[in-house]
Amino acid sequence: MIGRAWWIPWLWLAPTLALLGVFLVYPSVDTVRRSFLDERSREFVGFDNYQTIIDNPNSLAADTHAALLNNMLWLTVFTAVCVGLGLIMAVMTARVRYEAAAKAAIFVPMAISFVAVAVIWRFMYEVDPDVGTVNAIFSELGKDPVAWLNNTQSPQRPFVDLPPADSPAPFQVNNFALIAVGVWNWTGFTLVILSAGLKSIPDDVMEAARVDGAGEWQIFRRIILPIMSPTIVVVTTTLVIQTLKTFDLVFVMTNGRFKTDVVATLFYKEAFVFRDFGVGAALAVVLLLFVVPIMVLTIRRFQFQEEIR
Amino acid sequence: MAEVTYEHVTKRFAEDAPLAVDDFDLKVADQEFLVLVGPSGCGKSTTLRLLAGLEEITEGNIYIEDRLVNDVQAKDRDIAMVFQSYALYPHMSVFDNMAFGLTLRKIPKDEIRQRVNEAAEILGIAELLKRKPRALSGGQRQRVALGRAIVRKPSVFLFDEPLSNLDAKLRVQTRAEIIKLHQSLGTTFVYVTHDQTEAMTMATRIVVMDRGRIQQVGSPQELYERPQNMFVAGFIGSPAMNFFDVVVEGDGDDLQLRAVEGFAVPVPPEKRAELATYKRRKVVMGIRPENIHDNDFQPPNIRASLVDAQVDVTEMMGNEVNVYLLVGGHAFLARVDSRTTARPGQNIRAAFDIDRLHLFDPDTEQMIGLPAEVRASAPPAESS
Amino acid sequence: MSTQRLSALPPGRFRDTLRRLFGRAPLHLVIIAMCIVWSVPTVALLVSSFRDPRAIASSGWWNALFHPAQWTLTNYDSVLSARGMSDAFVNSLIITIPSTLFVIIVAAFAAYAFAWMKFPFRNPLFLIFVALLVVPLQMTLIPILRLYSEITIEGSVPVIGGNFFGVGSYSGLWIAHTAYGLPFAIFLLRNFFGALPRELFESAHLDGASDLTIFFRIVLPLSGPAIAALAIFQFLWVWQDLLVALVLLGDPKLAPMTLQITNLVNSFGSNYQVLTAAAFLSMIVPLLIFFALQRYFVQGILAGSVKG
Repeated sequence: MIGRAWWIPWLWLAPTLALLGVFLVYPSVDTVRRSFLDERSREFVGFDNYQTIIDNPNSLAADTHAALLNNMLWLTVFTAVCVGLGLIMAVMTARVRYEAAAKAAIFVPMAISFVAVAVIWRFMYEVDPDVGTVNAIFSELGKDPVAWLNNTQSPQRPFVDLPPADSPAPFQVNNFALIAVGVWNWTGFTLVILSAGLKSIPDDVMEAARVDGAGEWQIFRRIILPIMSPTIVVVTTTLVIQTLKTFDLVFVMTNGRFKTDVVATLFYKEAFVFRDFGVGAALAVVLLLFVVPIMVLTIRRFQFQEEIR
Repeated sequence: MAEVTYEHVTKRFAEDAPLAVDDFDLKVADQEFLVLVGPSGCGKSTTLRLLAGLEEITEGNIYIEDRLVNDVQAKDRDIAMVFQSYALYPHMSVFDNMAFGLTLRKIPKDEIRQRVNEAAEILGIAELLKRKPRALSGGQRQRVALGRAIVRKPSVFLFDEPLSNLDAKLRVQTRAEIIKLHQSLGTTFVYVTHDQTEAMTMATRIVVMDRGRIQQVGSPQELYERPQNMFVAGFIGSPAMNFFDVVVEGDGDDLQLRAVEGFAVPVPPEKRAELATYKRRKVVMGIRPENIHDNDFQPPNIRASLVDAQVDVTEMMGNEVNVYLLVGGHAFLARVDSRTTARPGQNIRAAFDIDRLHLFDPDTEQMIGLPAEVRASAPPAESS
Repeated sequence: MSTQRLSALPPGRFRDTLRRLFGRAPLHLVIIAMCIVWSVPTVALLVSSFRDPRAIASSGWWNALFHPAQWTLTNYDSVLSARGMSDAFVNSLIITIPSTLFVIIVAAFAAYAFAWMKFPFRNPLFLIFVALLVVPLQMTLIPILRLYSEITIEGSVPVIGGNFFGVGSYSGLWIAHTAYGLPFAIFLLRNFFGALPRELFESAHLDGASDLTIFFRIVLPLSGPAIAALAIFQFLWVWQDLLVALVLLGDPKLAPMTLQITNLVNSFGSNYQVLTAAAFLSMIVPLLIFFALQRYFVQGILAGSVKG
């Protein structure tokens, strides 16, 4: 605009620049620096901390490999299931009259804090079939109760009687049990946003497709999916960022025991329980590296939005 | 009340972008109703927005009265603007919409009320003052937008395609009201439109623009009668002018224009001198559809040249018939008397009114016989 | 119905009829089943919170449905009175409300600048801000804790308590939560502000409005949906936060509900009667906020990121 002094925009941005600089940029840079220092941040140790993460010398106290793999599991399974369920429910609820009620029922868990979620699900997963809801259903079906949260067996075990497999951490029953909780918690989010995106597709587009002889499945695949793909990207990005930050749920439900640690909980342990800032910082940097590809995607998506604006 | 001067104004949006406005040089007289017209992307809106202070000038100067306004903020330029989308504040009532600018200028409440009521009276929206914009029809919104500009009592009114969101009937009606408004307010109006009919009916003077440059400036009459280049010839007038590639043949009294399609049209005596340097050369001949008649229903007292053509399609307009004709594969349009018997597939004899021919140089696309001083400053055809 | 008659019908028509008769049954079945599955844990929590402690320990929550005699309010009573939970509830409000308001104000200013002002490095800077969305909070906590412990201003703030700033202060927590919420808030609001029609701003400029006038009298009133959506998100996140409070609040007297409940979980193990009531109390406020603002929430998201 004509006549606006050059420094005016910076005045509007000043509080943001200060806050983000202090609370996000400076710590990020500082963490990278500390990841190359020893546990008290005094001496330069090169890549030793990263070596520790890779070598995983004390896997009983803090299993870095398991944590990284668990994060991958969260990233893929949690995200895929949440988005998939959200999308299916968005399309399905749009066809019934009790849509609002159905969506509200799915959304309610979103408003529950992770701590409360943990309390609820400890109930659900209680081993005693007289108390634990899931095991009560299992015993009704004539199956043995499962100790969901500290069961380190592979997931096939409770459902099919296979010999116990020596499976790596991410394929343990308890990890899937935790992810199920996450899915229950977050599907409402994907449902509400995807359903809003669905509503923005003009009716005449779908009618035109019907007139052209498209079946319901074809309409979904060729009309709904492509038009909604920006929305789906938004939701997926949000969820992926969420999974990388997964902390509260694991922290209160298992505190990372039974190899359910994710990078964030392990980081917390290293830094605040074992007081090894070096390894803690290195873990955080690894987490940040996970994030880089998503960062790139987010930026690309934003640039795309700029173009169509 | 003010005159506006554009002094060699240029606008470039980005380093490597073409010029959006290219050397725009024009003086708008006080109380004039100036219309900027041209196809979309011709730079007409940008020219208006430069005057409004919504865009920065790359080069040149703009004066309102005698004040250089290049670096003056929009709010201090003493102008008001009506936008295509009306740009009403959706959360404010009609009254607040109209009063907003006055409130910000710290005008006493009583006077604000009086001015708003007055404007609402003129526009016939007095009973709508308490409503929100979403509760108004398109035409009513348009009036509120006009009212918002009127209450400010600006020295220049700017309009950016204000009628294009209205339906055809309302557009004609509002057109007349804006003309009346101009007469009663006695203020300078600068009006942008892509619709040549709007330009012809409303303007005291029209500026035709294309690709950022002024193509011609003149009264509606002048632009219609003497378009200075092929762009203006094709843009002004509806339906658009027909063009034929012709070769200048013969000599003296036999000087004629031989079309590529075969037919020939004699050159009227007044035009012969202009064509002196074009002998045996190609020129472009333009003729408006309303100057081509059905030979059987020729108006009296015209000098006609007859061309046999095949009828392709006819459109009955009521008072006349649009006849799409073919000659040697070249399609052109004639607006003929409604008594015509022309039917698709038939041949008719079309009468070209040779006094209404427009001749253009095929290379420069300029009108042949343009006075030298005008041609010198072409293509931005003129600077008054 | 014979195959003869079937084939007499055009295949499309027959399929439509079939779909109308039976096709919608699975649809309803799936939706209702999913709603039930999704509601069971919440209902379980709700029912349990009204049950006698001994009953909770010995039998599943579903038994209570058949034995109304087991119903009691003692859990809520003991949580609210004996366990310091009512203080924690107030603490949560003290932490959450200012944090939410600060984020909205600071982010709205930045979003306005990004959407409607021209300045050098505008887009790169915005992209960096968006990228900060993915910085894990855990990573920032050690440096911030160090920083805070150096600049802590000790004392006791009247009424709400805690230090004046730094470790163990509400003000330190507000500012931290504001900073953490900013990337998302700016992203959401900038998209929304940017979608407002340009002519409104131009018209306001011509009307003589300054940036501040436009911001407060045009942009903010028109951004209700986006701001409501942001308010819900930020409120939920701060209300649910455990980590930041855990690290930056040393003083247990300042602890929010999440921290208090976690302590209960850790110290009482399977002492469910306290946990259930506390957990249910902790979700009441977010639910109320959600249902109050739900309408806006959907619209805001739609306007912000789901254009077209």
